[in-house]
Amino acid sequence: MIDFWLHPALILIVGGLVLPFVQKGPLRKLFLVAVPVMAFVDVVMFMDEGVFGLVQFMDWQLTFGRVDSLSKVFAYIMTLMCIVGTIYGLHVEEDVQHTTAWFYVAGSLGVIFAGDYLVLFLFWEVMAFASVFLIWFRRGPKSMATGYRYLLVHTFGGLVLLAGIVLRYKATGDIAFNLLSDAVGGNHGFSLHDLVNVSVPTYLIMIGFILNAAVPPLHAWLPDAYGEATVTGAVFMCAFTTKTAVYALARGCAGMDILVPLGVVMALYGVVYAVLENDTRRLLAYHIISQVGYMVAGVGIGTAMAINGSVAHAFAHILYKGLLFMGCGSVLHMTGKSKFTELGGLYKKMPLTFVFTLIGGLSISAFPLFSGFVSKSMIVAAGFEEHLYWAAFLLTLASAGTFLHTGLKVPYFIWFGKNNCSKETWEKAADPPMNMNIAMGIAAFLCIFIGCYTPYLYGMLPNQTEALYYAKKVYSEYHVMESLQILLFTALGFFLLIKKLAPEPTISIDLDWFYRFGGRGFYWLARKPIQNMDNRVNEGYNYLGLVPLMTTARFWSWFDWHAIDGVVDGIARGVRAIGGKARALQSGQLQYSLFYALSIVAVVLVVYVLS
Amino acid sequence: MIVKLIDYLRDRLKMVVRLCYVGLALLVVYDFLFVDKHHVHTSVEKLPGWWSIFGFIACALIIILSKLYGHFKWFGGFRIMAREDYYD
Repeated sequence: MIDFWLHPALILIVGGLVLPFVQKGPLRKLFLVAVPVMAFVDVVMFMDEGVFGLVQFMDWQLTFGRVDSLSKVFAYIMTLMCIVGTIYGLHVEEDVQHTTAWFYVAGSLGVIFAGDYLVLFLFWEVMAFASVFLIWFRRGPKSMATGYRYLLVHTFGGLVLLAGIVLRYKATGDIAFNLLSDAVGGNHGFSLHDLVNVSVPTYLIMIGFILNAAVPPLHAWLPDAYGEATVTGAVFMCAFTTKTAVYALARGCAGMDILVPLGVVMALYGVVYAVLENDTRRLLAYHIISQVGYMVAGVGIGTAMAINGSVAHAFAHILYKGLLFMGCGSVLHMTGKSKFTELGGLYKKMPLTFVFTLIGGLSISAFPLFSGFVSKSMIVAAGFEEHLYWAAFLLTLASAGTFLHTGLKVPYFIWFGKNNCSKETWEKAADPPMNMNIAMGIAAFLCIFIGCYTPYLYGMLPNQTEALYYAKKVYSEYHVMESLQILLFTALGFFLLIKKLAPEPTISIDLDWFYRFGGRGFYWLARKPIQNMDNRVNEGYNYLGLVPLMTTARFWSWFDWHAIDGVVDGIARGVRAIGGKARALQSGQLQYSLFYALSIVAVVLVVYVLS
Repeated sequence: MIVKLIDYLRDRLKMVVRLCYVGLALLVVYDFLFVDKHHVHTSVEKLPGWWSIFGFIACALIIILSKLYGHFKWFGGFRIMAREDYYD
């Protein structure tokens, strides 16, 4: 064991802060790739299991580095995805886009290695505040509002989590971030928390977690934000927030029964909305909800095999969902369009992107030899073994829906189907720049590699005995035949009902309706009833006090007009001029202030941990 | 190369579709004759071609129910699938 332990988040934070000072040109590209690669190497080579990064802060012992098999596998895939995502965004010239993306990944890594709830909460917020920039940098007409909605929802989730942490601390005097009971969760050395008599703090913490995992009814932020994020930003976002939440759930809430129905509802909910969706990236976003549903259900089942399944599925999901977002992002990047009703027939123009996206689609659909097959099935199998037949069958049903949309609808209506492209779109369409192709190539390779060579992924799972047991079963004749039948007959249904699936130029109303219109309702309240009351009071004044008042007022108005205004106007003009100067200095945009604040927090954090 | 392959298949679309049907039929026949079903968890899984039927019905159900949900007119003519400028 080595004494030296370097938090991979630090590498990304420092890298992000140094980036603006790196000269433009090939050196910068090298630097961009080198930083996440260093973080990845740090995770792969220099992580012995144990507890590191202990810091005394007031009365509390903070743990920045709890390294065990569960945190290691998540850190591995997060840093790997950070490499892929950064390569995909290599053409982006604006430094802060990379910096904020890395801060975001750093937040995720911080949560993964956090050994107590205070550190967890700190990095939890870093994630929310860093990722919102990936929406704002799109600079579209809706980005600003979407970003603020995203931030508000996550701030709310963060507050619920914080409330849970504080209440728990008051009740138990403990901030350690562990399972809420050692009665369940396999033999993975979790401890603590009482799952038999689930208490208010436990529920609050769970709600904080499942908001980030996008469990309905707390999910509407996800399609809202991911459909509106930058092309490269969406690739990052689709990987980190929800899967970090899955990690937190697996760590803290494994075996909580309520997560099973929630996960199943999620899996189906995402599928239903994916049918209705016209925007490619929003469709993929709804399928994140659906896929994370499997993981949440797996965590709820809570057996060693189910936890393995959730972890494996998160691992595979990050790669294939990243790949899908990269594929649809490439279409958006090249053509400027992301709606099915404005695309179609592009296979001649973007063949490589088509193949990559298809590989992503086959992986998410759990086709044999692709990554989803070896991960998703583990959760369903765990459901069958626990005799939760309704859950297992409904999850299988949802997987037919997954293939239907991501495996068939997305490729078909972008690259084949009716050509809805305008002349301009058609001319702009082509395979994307080299760096994007390379990133997609890496992800596509990994999707197939994981599916074909099971020891790679299974060797990293937290419960090794169960992983080895399942490795023997996954490519059994029965399982392969079962999957092939479901998938191929889903394909048959797709082509028979294809007329019904033709995209429609609509948006789908989801639960964000309530807070979108909640805000407007507040405005209305302010405008109508409150204004009315104000008017009434004014009218009362009119009758009672106005006449005598008017007489005196006339005199004073004469005095004011002629004597005072001359003086006051002069001052007012002066103040206004100074205000204008100050405004120019401040550029006035809240986002920039937020960004500076975030950077300062990052610097303080680095200094604090290093000292 | 990819484009050529796709065009080649598209030019023979009828043939490709027929081959697919044959493939599906073979799949069910294989399931009926050869697959070992001793270790299944529920009795329905022992039906020949159970997962084929399941897949097909699942697909049809998802499409039809989702579209019904999306197009259903709630009170005041409110639909889940709304105009694109609904929020503007």
